[in-house]
Order: sequence, then C-alpha cells, then structure tokens
Amino acid sequence: MAKQAQDQAAAGQRTSGNTAKRYRAGVLKYKEMGYWVPDYEPSATDLLAIFRITPQEGVDPEEAAAAVAGESSTATWTVVWTDRLTAAESYRAKAYRVDPVPGAPDQYFAWIAYDLALFEEGSIANLTASIIGNVFGFKPLKALRLEDMRFPLAYVKTFKGPPTGIVVERERLDKYGRPLLGATIKPKLGLSGKNYGRVVYEALTGGLDFTKDDENINSQPFMHWRDRFLFCMEAVNKAQSGSGEVKGHYLNVTAGTMEEMYRRAEFARELGSCILMVDLVIGWTAIQSMSEWARQNDMILHMHRAGHGTYTRQKNHGISFRVIAKWLRLAGVDHLHCGTAVGKLEGDPLQVQGFYNVCRDAVTREDLPRGLFVEQDWAALRKVMPVASGGIHAGQMHQLLDLFGDDVVLQFGGGTIGHPMGVQAGAIANRVALESMVLARNEGRDIANEGPEILAAAARDCKPLEAALTTWKNVTFNYASTDTSDFVPSVSVA
Amino acid sequence: MRKVRAATFNTGSRHGVSDQDPVVSDTVDLKALLEESKVADVLDELDRDLIGLKPVKNRIREIASLLVVEKARAALGVSGAPLSLHMSFTGNPGTGKTTVAMRMAEILHRLGHVRKGHLVAVTRDDLVGQYIGHTAPKTKEVLKKAMGGVLFIDEAYYLYRPENERDYGQEAIEILMQVMENQREDLVVIFAGYKSRIERFFESNPGLASRVAHHIDFPDYSEGELLQIADRMVGGLGLQLSADARQALSEYVERRRRQPNFANARSIRNALDRARLRQARRLIEAGRVDAETLTTIEAADIRASRVFDAVRDDDSTKEAAC
Amino acid sequence: MRVTQGTFSFLPDLTDEQIARQVDYALSQGWAVSIEHTDDAHPRNVYWEMWGMPMFDLKDAAGLMYELAECRKVFGDRYIKVNAFDSTLGFETMRLSFIVNRPAVEPDFRLTRAEGPGRNVQYGLETRRQ
Repeated sequence: MAKQAQDQAAAGQRTSGNTAKRYRAGVLKYKEMGYWVPDYEPSATDLLAIFRITPQEGVDPEEAAAAVAGESSTATWTVVWTDRLTAAESYRAKAYRVDPVPGAPDQYFAWIAYDLALFEEGSIANLTASIIGNVFGFKPLKALRLEDMRFPLAYVKTFKGPPTGIVVERERLDKYGRPLLGATIKPKLGLSGKNYGRVVYEALTGGLDFTKDDENINSQPFMHWRDRFLFCMEAVNKAQSGSGEVKGHYLNVTAGTMEEMYRRAEFARELGSCILMVDLVIGWTAIQSMSEWARQNDMILHMHRAGHGTYTRQKNHGISFRVIAKWLRLAGVDHLHCGTAVGKLEGDPLQVQGFYNVCRDAVTREDLPRGLFVEQDWAALRKVMPVASGGIHAGQMHQLLDLFGDDVVLQFGGGTIGHPMGVQAGAIANRVALESMVLARNEGRDIANEGPEILAAAARDCKPLEAALTTWKNVTFNYASTDTSDFVPSVSVA
Repeated sequence: MRKVRAATFNTGSRHGVSDQDPVVSDTVDLKALLEESKVADVLDELDRDLIGLKPVKNRIREIASLLVVEKARAALGVSGAPLSLHMSFTGNPGTGKTTVAMRMAEILHRLGHVRKGHLVAVTRDDLVGQYIGHTAPKTKEVLKKAMGGVLFIDEAYYLYRPENERDYGQEAIEILMQVMENQREDLVVIFAGYKSRIERFFESNPGLASRVAHHIDFPDYSEGELLQIADRMVGGLGLQLSADARQALSEYVERRRRQPNFANARSIRNALDRARLRQARRLIEAGRVDAETLTTIEAADIRASRVFDAVRDDDSTKEAAC
Repeated sequence: MRVTQGTFSFLPDLTDEQIARQVDYALSQGWAVSIEHTDDAHPRNVYWEMWGMPMFDLKDAAGLMYELAECRKVFGDRYIKVNAFDSTLGFETMRLSFIVNRPAVEPDFRLTRAEGPGRNVQYGLETRRQ
C-alpha cells in the first residue's frame, strides 16, 4: 500500500509536479500524462514496440511518441479520474526513445515499452487489439508504421507456436539437405476438380515435393471443395507410389465459418493429407484455432499471407511484415510466404532475409540493415518454414539458394506449369536445377557467381532444364522496392 | 580419385599459388616448389623450437626433400610407384617423438600427402579390445578418425604378444596392415617406442615392417641440451632460475641420468614441476615477497629432490621417474 | 522404377569422388556422418538398418568411404544412404541424406485403394518385388 502510494506520487512528480494537478479534469499533453519517460529502462519482461511515426507539422516528435504510447495503452483524449483507481503508472505504455529516421527528415522511430500485465496470455487478438487497435487512425500523426516488436520470454511461453516446425516437417517428409519444391496450381480459377488434380499429379510426379491451392481456391461453382480434395489426394498418392517419396498438396480449408473450416480439415485428414492451408484473411483467432487443430491432428499448417500487402508494403504507414511474421510464429503456422527478393512480388532482399530470420532463428539478433531492431529470443518455439513464391524460375536457383539457404520452400508455379514441354518437364527442370546447385555449393563452389555455369552444365544432360533456361532466361522483375532498408543503400538482385 | 580431389576441392594441399609456375615445359624449379608448399617454414620452426635432435632434423629434411622431388616428378609426369610414407620413430622416452610427429603431420599436409594434417596418438588399449569381436571395430574407429592425417602408435610393440596365441593384438595388426597398404593416400602411420623393442616387433611382423619405409632414431639428449630445455621450460612458465639453482639443476641432471627410468625432457619437466611446488611452499612460509622472489626458483627448491639423497631406495627412483 | 528419396536422386548416381566431397562438406559443418541400408525403400520405412554407429569424430571423408566400401561388399544389392546429423540446439536432426547405392533392380510400389462412402478412398502403398 505504502509502496504503491509512493509510486503514484513519484509518477505524479515526474509528469506534472504533483498528483492532484496531474488528475485535474481537462486535456493534458500525452508527454505530461506519463507516456514519455526518457530515462525509462525497459525491463526484461516488457514488450517493446518500435513505431515509425510521421507527426503532423508542428507536432513535437516526443509528444507524438507519447501519444502513440498512450493511445495503444491506457490513455484517452482527456484526463479521467478513474485512472486513480488503478496502478496507472504500471499500465501506461512508456515511450522512452525517439530516433530520427536516416534520410527521412519528417520521420522518427519511437520506442515504446509495455508492461507484461497489459496482455492476455496466448492471444494474438488481444495483443493486436492493444498495439494496433486505435492508434493508427490518430489525427496528430500523418502516418504510423509498426516496424518491429520484442516479446519477453514470459510472453512467448504463453504460445504454443508452430504445430510441426521445420525439423519435424523434414523428418515426416524424409527430405533433408535442400530446399523443398512446390508449385501453385494455375490457372488460379476455373479448373474442374479432375483437371486440377491432373496438374497436381503431373507436378508431383515430375519431382516437386508439394503443390498448392491458391489463396482464393475455396469452394466455387467450378470446383467444390470435396471434389478438389478427392482428386488432389488421388494425385498425391499416385505420385507417391511412383517415386517412393512423401508428397503433399496444400489443401486450402479457408471458409466462411470456423465450423466449415473444421469440416474441411477433418476431411483432408481422413483422406490422408499431410498438410493443409489457410489464408491470413481468416483472422488471428481463426489462425490460432486452426493451429491447435493441426497440432492435435499431426498436420502441417501452410499460411498464405493473402491481403498483407494492404498494410505491409508502404514504408510510412501500416505494419512491417516482420511483425506479422513474428505474430504468426507465436500464433503457430508451419509454412509462411515471406517473399522471394528476386520474383514478381514486392521485397527488398535484405528486408526479406530479415523475415526469414524471424521464421527460422532460435534467437533473432539485432540487425538493422535487415530491419531487425531488437533481439528476440524464441524460447525454443518451433521454426517456421519460409516459402518463396511468385514469379521465380529455375534460372534463378543459384540466387535463391544463396539468399535463403536450405530451409525454405521454393515455389515455382508458372515456372513449372508454364514449361514448354509440359508440367512434368517443368518439375524435373526445377528439381535438377536445385539438386545440381546444392551439390555444387556443398562442393565449395561459389554459386552466387558461378550459378549460371552450373545450371548450364546440368542442362546439358537434362533437356527440360535446358528448355526452362531458354524460355525464361531474360525474365527479371527489376523494379525498385518500396519497403527498403533505412540503414543501407538498397540493392536489387534481379 | 584423390588426385582429382586435390585439384578441384582445396583441402589445404595447395597453399598459395606463386606467380611463376614452377613447372615450365620440361624443367622444374624445385626451390619454387619448396617455397610454394611453405614447408620450409615448418622445417625452420623445427630447428628453432626443438633443441638438439640433429640427426632427427636431418632425416626430416631428407624426407621433405624426397617429397618435393616426388612432387616435381609427378608434375613432369614421370612419377614412379606411389610413395610409402609410414615411419618408425624410435628412441627413449622424452626424446621428442610425439612433438616431432605433430610437425611431421604438418609437413605431410603442406606437401599434400595427407589432406587434413591432424595427429591421432594412441596406444594398444585404444586399438585392442578385451573380448572377442571388440578389436576390429575399435581399430577401425581409430583408423577412421586418423584418416586424412597421421596415426601415431606409441609403444607399438605391445600390439604383438607372441606368448599369447589368442591375443587380439594380432587382429589389430592385420587391419592396420590392410589399411596401410590399400589407403596410403588416406593416412600415414608412425610406430613409436624403444629402438630395440620396435626392431624386435618388426622382425616378428615382417609384413608390417616391409610397409614402413622411414626409420628415424631419436638420440638421448646431452646434459647441455637438457639444461637448455630446462631454461626454455622455465622461461615458458614466466619463471627464472637463480645462478645457484641452475648449478643445482645441472648436478641434478647429471645424477638423474644415471638412475633408472630416466625419461629425458619429460624427467626435466617433472623435476621442474616438483621444484615449483617446493618454491610455492617456501614462498607461503616466507609471507611477504616481491615480484622477483615470486618468479625465481632457488637452489634449495631443486636440491630438496631425493635425487640428491645419498641413500636411494626404490621408492625414490619411482617417484623421480614419474 | 527409380526411388527419388534423398538429396540428389534426380542427378546421375554420384561417383565415389562426389560422395566424398559431400561428406567433407558435412564434416566441415561439424555434422556426424553415418551409413544406413535397406532392401525396402517404402516411404514409411523410416528405420533403415544402421551400418555401425554414426561416426562422430571424423576429420576426413576417407573414414566414411572406408565403411561405405565395407558396407557395399556385404549389401551391394541394397539401398545404401549416407546421412549427416547435426546436434546443434534447435536442429538435432539430419541435415543431409542421400542415396549412394541402389539394387540392380529397384522394387516398385503398388497403390491400393479401398473405396468408402461419399467417394472417400483410403490409400495404401505396398512394396512390390520383381
């Protein structure tokens, strides 16, 4: 009691001189309400958030940071006496550091610490309702972006994380030492179940490990979900018997209700699928529920980050994908699309490598060029297998392997199905390109530079690879990225 | 197979490439080859770091020259039968056999005759099992670990116990012989021990002996050399000998050499270790000391050794030899 | 049929020289190498027979190549694979695993289908020997 009183008094003094004055009805600056504490040293149990803030003209960056802290924790626009019924000093988020963004004179990085008690255990919904709930529409800011977060161990341990993880996935598939290969079935829409399953069969038989439903393949008039599941599993099993390998098709169970998603997942399990898929748009609570279901049923859970570009791409406003990746690792997915750096979709190579680190590290180290602001200990949470998908082809194999290493699914959709000699040939080209590159890398060759030679050599004994290299040799997507590093000049590898 | 590997996958056998190709049409610049292999550095280090051992150093220079010349022959395409590099290092305990073996491994590595250049030192117990069926896996385990480097078998003659027909040592010898013959490019074996006993061991195992091409004998150190060794050891510990202590040590060496179980440099190290203990006790009793006292070994620390006792019982010789 | 398990099954069978380079790579990563063999490469046959224990302290591929030669002498008409195991915290699993020997005639697999209601099919896979 006495201690608490002291704390309250101290808090009052720190902000406005005395407690009575602090709580007089009216409007105070956020800085004066206790949300700007420049001498605060975050404790090991605090959650940290790093926001990029762009204050309106004339708004002091410290006040803007304090406002973000306030609006993402206890504050409202005016003083409320009911704060005095709480240990308000603990519950207030504290902005404790504001750094100018290199090269962007109107932007600042605001560092904010949140007490652990502000959050419900094991709930991304609760976490996000706090951190991004209200604050992004706040008027004194022109724009706001959540750049990174650090979760204390105590909080990480309230999540179960990925149901399978990289290690167990590889042990189930019996596939080691190389990236896995996948392809999204194209065209995205319109194929009947039987025709769709044909593409699955051709791709898997050709040599891919996985095929994939696209994000918007659910249960449309041209192909109902049960039909798709049945034809796809026939294709998967037939490809397994012809290769002796374990293979899979990501059956997308995304649907309008949880009940329907569970129904589809149950059927996928009944048919013997080793993997299923959901879209990011189903929402955090649904993701956590499906994660728990996958854990109970020994299924790999593939996450397609559908919709993320609406809030991750612009550098000044929204949420960095690295934060989404962190939330998804906590929420518990096994596969996560993280970008290709060289393909058709947005992604600066360094930033993308940062996302991969978030998925795969035991401890993610601070690495500013890769956009990682703080160290994150993952408390032995399983690792997420990143997926590189979108506009990549066999001719980029050396770049992909060099950028991302072994623990990644490389997905060549068009790069398999669009092969001039057919889908099987497309799959063979990709697998031969991959295995040749891994072999060469392990032999000590400098694949980043010698890659094209290595591919050309492999193509001499492999017509499908030769055709792939010829067809796509000049295809690059060399556009400037929007979400680039603030700390080093950006390079394009395309 | 190995030749291709050395050329395409650098495991250290090619150190640096000089600007001038040592092989020009039909002549070979041996000096350049030697230079390129950086083996001269190891030989110089050997000269610098090891006291005495003149005949050993000469033999090693000879072997190194042989390897360089052989390399030159290979470069000109006039290579004969593959070299056998298995060796025996004979001599009394403490004459530097293991130390030289490590340098040898480095030399062989730099000249591309072993790929990794590590030394695995073993004795009979590491190779021979106590039960039927244990020996082969044990020996193979050791051989596999030594591959790419040098296997050093100390007191190798214990592998052979003619008095016991069922001794498993023979099994280890068989496996050794096989690998020494078939996988010459994978490892080099050095047999070490007392000269006379190694000779007898080879006489009884002619198959093995015929595969050992180089025999190097390690002579005992002279008194002067042992004192030099002592100086280095003391220096290496950050200590010094007082003038009296050095005199005492010289007398110690003279006496100890005549006693049984004398182990050359190893006996000197042991003597110094015990002297340090005595010095420590003396310093503690003294209470306050300065830096000089703290780092100086005095004559008393050495003369307290039982080697100086007029009457020697069995116990003292055992202790002194340990 | 050609079973395509393992890291390099889509490439021509590796020569001993190529195998040794892969093993050297594994050793350079601090991984322990081992040999396993089987006459049944069914995808659910996880536990192939171990040819001795994993070789934990090798410095050079020659040690593994020596054992591989021994294993081939005995089981030359079986599948033999080389594994590399990583004991690093967070991995503690295989990091590389590739087939280095195949039977002259590889068995294939027969797919069985048991039909159920609602077009449901339960699939089974059996190794079929020639």
